[in-house]
Amino acid sequence: MKTTMTKPNTHDILVAGVGITPVGEHWDRQLRTLAFEAISAARKDAGELVPDAIYVANSLAPVLSSQTQLGALIADFAGLRGVEAYTIQAADASGGAAVRQAYLALQSGQIDIALVVGVEKISERPSAELEDALVMSGDADYEAIHGITTAAQAALLMQRYIHEFNLPENAFAGFCVNAHANGANNPLAMFQRAIEEKTYQKAGMICPPVNMFDAAPVADGAAALVLARAEVLPETPSHPQIRIAASSLATSTVALHDRPDILALRAASDSAEKAYKFANIQAKDVQLFELHDRYSIFAALALEACGFAKRGEGWKLASDGSINSDGSIPICTFGGSKARGDSAGATGVYQIAEICLQLQGRAGRNQIPDVQTGMAQCLGGTGATAATHILQRMDAS
Amino acid sequence: MDQTRAEPSIYTSDRKVGIIGYGSYIPRYRLPAREVSRVWKDGSGGIPIQEKSVAGLDEDVITMSIEAARNALKRAQIDPTSIRAVWVGSESHPYAVKPTSTVVAEAVGATPHTLAADWEFACKAATEALQASIGLIGSGMAEFTLAIGMDTAQGRPGDALEYTAAAGGAAYVIGPAEESMTVFEGSYSYVTDTPDFFRRAYEKYPEHGERFTGEPAYFKHIISAAQILMDALGTTPEDYQHAVFHQPNAKFPQKAARSLGFKPEQIQAGLLSPKIGNPYAGSALIGLTAVLDVAEAGDRILLVSYGSGAGSDAFSMQVTPALAERRSRAITTQQYLERRTEIDYATYARLRGKLMLK
Repeated sequence: MKTTMTKPNTHDILVAGVGITPVGEHWDRQLRTLAFEAISAARKDAGELVPDAIYVANSLAPVLSSQTQLGALIADFAGLRGVEAYTIQAADASGGAAVRQAYLALQSGQIDIALVVGVEKISERPSAELEDALVMSGDADYEAIHGITTAAQAALLMQRYIHEFNLPENAFAGFCVNAHANGANNPLAMFQRAIEEKTYQKAGMICPPVNMFDAAPVADGAAALVLARAEVLPETPSHPQIRIAASSLATSTVALHDRPDILALRAASDSAEKAYKFANIQAKDVQLFELHDRYSIFAALALEACGFAKRGEGWKLASDGSINSDGSIPICTFGGSKARGDSAGATGVYQIAEICLQLQGRAGRNQIPDVQTGMAQCLGGTGATAATHILQRMDAS
Repeated sequence: MDQTRAEPSIYTSDRKVGIIGYGSYIPRYRLPAREVSRVWKDGSGGIPIQEKSVAGLDEDVITMSIEAARNALKRAQIDPTSIRAVWVGSESHPYAVKPTSTVVAEAVGATPHTLAADWEFACKAATEALQASIGLIGSGMAEFTLAIGMDTAQGRPGDALEYTAAAGGAAYVIGPAEESMTVFEGSYSYVTDTPDFFRRAYEKYPEHGERFTGEPAYFKHIISAAQILMDALGTTPEDYQHAVFHQPNAKFPQKAARSLGFKPEQIQAGLLSPKIGNPYAGSALIGLTAVLDVAEAGDRILLVSYGSGAGSDAFSMQVTPALAERRSRAITTQQYLERRTEIDYATYARLRGKLMLK
């Protein structure tokens, strides 16, 4: 591992500041106040840089909050009236997609500083309406119209996986136990209580074989990042500088039935491959991986798609402890969607902010020692969109 | 909190006011929560209470209010014509237009020289009437009032509320402290515009905001009202032998009590929801009758209601020796609890008019 400090290249895109807010049922806060809270935190962390453009990551506001112009709404509310701003929407992958768009704009040289804010106000409507909104990530004409829910989609995948690879009972328990163990150390997590495997085993079924603990809670939350071209940032930063070493996004079929192999998350593997190539690294160089565990089956499939496990063996990394904080490929180090809470379109921004904190040594009780390279990947719906980002501390090369 | 708003102030009166008589009513039928679960959830999943009370075919808020009022008058031993207000709080008044309270007033002999009105504020309609009674008597305008909270609560078939929406309630004769079995030390109301639960005009069943009915609704209002009242009176949970909180299920009042610093034994006597469910406007008030059935002179009692929409009324009162002298004059709430006929879901559906016959 290299320890010499390397200076950023002028074309590098750096994370100048991060802002995370607690995920939960924020009954007393609106979409705009949640976003503002995260933006304030990120801008404070970035030394109050003024962004040239704002990228709002959101998936559900048009349905749940009856708002379709979040860019202008949030820019105005955050005291940034007039700034270029819009929403990037790719279901639960909106966060990664927004970071990708900010990255491209910064790379183009047309802007120097970008603000990405992921925000989701879930507790606005009754659960039946939320369910309707969430399943819009699927193919409405062929999937949602038949009444399938996101839990049912995950159940189809999980059942096929269990059948195909002949899994023992409770094979996915490790994902949940790890997420809750890490959530217990995250003061901003929705669930801050560690659980034992027997709790998972006793959990009621939501949609067999998906049980209560295989599913992440969807709740209110906002996270923000200030991204900047390296040349506009001070030469002596207050925190170790984090560079976006790769940014990629790939798509696959929206409907599960259109996939030749439903157990291969094609968009996830394609975007990870592109990211590895761009960053000039391999999967083995990734020291922590914030994956999208909206349902535990997606954690197993993402580990396989991104090259950390062979096909049909992703679940083993959970049962043998490889995904734990002291394992070979820690995941969900702040609790992941399962324990931190899943704020749909904001998730990708949470993930990248959490990786930055890890790489900068600011992860508190969840700190993984000596990490220099981390990867974040968020998935839209059942994985039709996958956005992958690789982040590196500047003293890595 | 908006800093420009006034500081909280509690209600007190120079002329002290108290409870002169109390009476409860619980219909005899009980629907076990497992029956609802059997029909709607294949018997799986948790149940919020053991069973709920169900009104019979010929019972409604008027008949049940009269039962409770007669029990209260037996204990009060006052001339019913001296009652200057008959107020009934309910979510299930048999008529949309035409008061329940005039029928009740007539039946107990309080007519015609009296106020009579029906009160509406979801589950705290009747404690609002209690607050007004304290004002009316405290000001010297009246000697006695009759405040009643009674419901045949509605819950949509299959909805979470169907497990708990119950029938029952209580009546209170309120009057001057000298004749009282408990004396009010102070009361307080805490209200916000919080749409957690509602039933629009012409709708048969209420709608609710699921988990929104918890923290930002029930707990915020109950806890704020109780805490502000105790702070103003300089009391703490240790000063109370009994506390009664509105009981939409078994869990909420226990959690609210814990948050405020009350021990389980302090709410035990008044915690009826596991056995009768949630008789909406009657819930907190019938809990108080069970406390009065066992409380001793000198005991201090905290009563906190909750009504969706939303608000809480909190009352602090102290028991006088008159309670022990007068409580045996009428049937106790415990006796009503023991008078129990278990029914199945089909009978419940018939009794409550759930079947559309045409």
